[in-house]
Amino acid sequence: MTADRGAIRTASWDKPLNLNALWEYANPLKFMRTTERVLPFFTVTAFACLAVGLIWGFFFTPDDFRQGSTVKIMFIHVPTAMMAINIWAMMLVTSLVWLVRRHHVSALAARAAAPIGAMMTVIALFTGATWGQPMWGTWWAWDPRLTAFLILFLFYLGYMALWAAIENDDTAADLTSVLCLVGSVFAILSRYAVKFWNQGLHQDSTIMKVGEKDPLAADYYLPLVVCITGFVLYFVALVLIRTNTEIRARRMRALLARERQG
Amino acid sequence: MIALLVRDLRLAVRAGGGFGLGLAFFLIVVVLVPFGVGPETGLLARIAPGILWLGALLACLLSLDRIFALDWEDGSLDLIATSPLPMEGVVSIKALAHWLTTGLPLVIATPLFGLLMSLPQAGYGPLVLSLLIGTPALSVIGTFGAALTVGLKRGGLLLSLLVLPLYVPTLIFGAETARRGAEGLDTATPMLMLAGISFGVTALLPFASAAVLRVNLR
Repeated sequence: MTADRGAIRTASWDKPLNLNALWEYANPLKFMRTTERVLPFFTVTAFACLAVGLIWGFFFTPDDFRQGSTVKIMFIHVPTAMMAINIWAMMLVTSLVWLVRRHHVSALAARAAAPIGAMMTVIALFTGATWGQPMWGTWWAWDPRLTAFLILFLFYLGYMALWAAIENDDTAADLTSVLCLVGSVFAILSRYAVKFWNQGLHQDSTIMKVGEKDPLAADYYLPLVVCITGFVLYFVALVLIRTNTEIRARRMRALLARERQG
Repeated sequence: MIALLVRDLRLAVRAGGGFGLGLAFFLIVVVLVPFGVGPETGLLARIAPGILWLGALLACLLSLDRIFALDWEDGSLDLIATSPLPMEGVVSIKALAHWLTTGLPLVIATPLFGLLMSLPQAGYGPLVLSLLIGTPALSVIGTFGAALTVGLKRGGLLLSLLVLPLYVPTLIFGAETARRGAEGLDTATPMLMLAGISFGVTALLPFASAAVLRVNLR
């Protein structure tokens, strides 16, 4: 423990911004030690935020005068939809870090995030469908946003399938990282292509419209922000757990291989 | 570079499989569609541009795993990699060879298949032109997918899963051009977008394909 603190201190005085210290977490041991210390904090806060946000959202906000109680699907739909996109963005960043600086933890974090992102996409699509059925009168419409999300889900599937298909860890990390970069470009391209292809049914995002016309009602705003915070923390906790698990699994494989060699 | 292109073309023609297979597959798709949706001329004419684009895309997909697979198996890919030709050039030539053996025949045969699908008179020009512009993009994107999966056994299904989402923008703009042409509307906007995608991927994607191919040959 004391050796650890010393390491942080030596790294922190050479740069005021302390960005260099970030790279220390490329060391799996350091990463695991630190994450194990902060993990309880993330987990507890995530569940607290989710519990407060969801209960507040579901039971203590008024029904919308036109949408009735279906508006409350928003408290799951909006955070998961945001996470679905942002997790891909996080995978893009970690993939770049892997390609440039070859830090294994980075590649593993991208790998750990992908299934969570795929699940978030599914939840967003599913909650959207259950909301769309009473509101639009249909479970599914080929609306640009919906279609783009479905395509994003396909990208997640392809990414995970490529990880699963390749045996060599470093090769897999390289290939999936390049796929993530190329996929990001094509995902954005697809987003604009489907916008061109069909007109939308889905409303625009209102969460950033504070102070503009047509904002999200204040009653909903706070619980929604709490929910989003909860989902973000929940995601961080899950990624940390999954990355740690993957590091341990690798270490175990290495030990087994060494044992087999004698 | 030219020697590699000639070699690939000769292999494609003599070894069989790639060259005629895509066309035959395209024909079968076009023949099967009326069985599925009914022989009504009006309906067929309405869906013809989309079906023809989709058929061309699937025919293209079918032959993708052959781009590198044979060279990988007999080791000539390693030889090509150690030659002075940069990997980006190799990948571009491979894509070009794939387009010449798969994309171009599809483009040439499409008017005939349009006849089977009772495509409206006005639609032939835009359809052929959009395929001519769009199929190179399909070949280049497909080459990237093939380079990703080259070392894998049973990579075929994974290849489709990886490549098909990447085909979405090309398909949207290509089919939109053909549809607008068939309905007698202005095709300039989607055609330009399609050309943009084609040129963009031809210029940039070979770098990614070469990078993953280098990883796979490591």
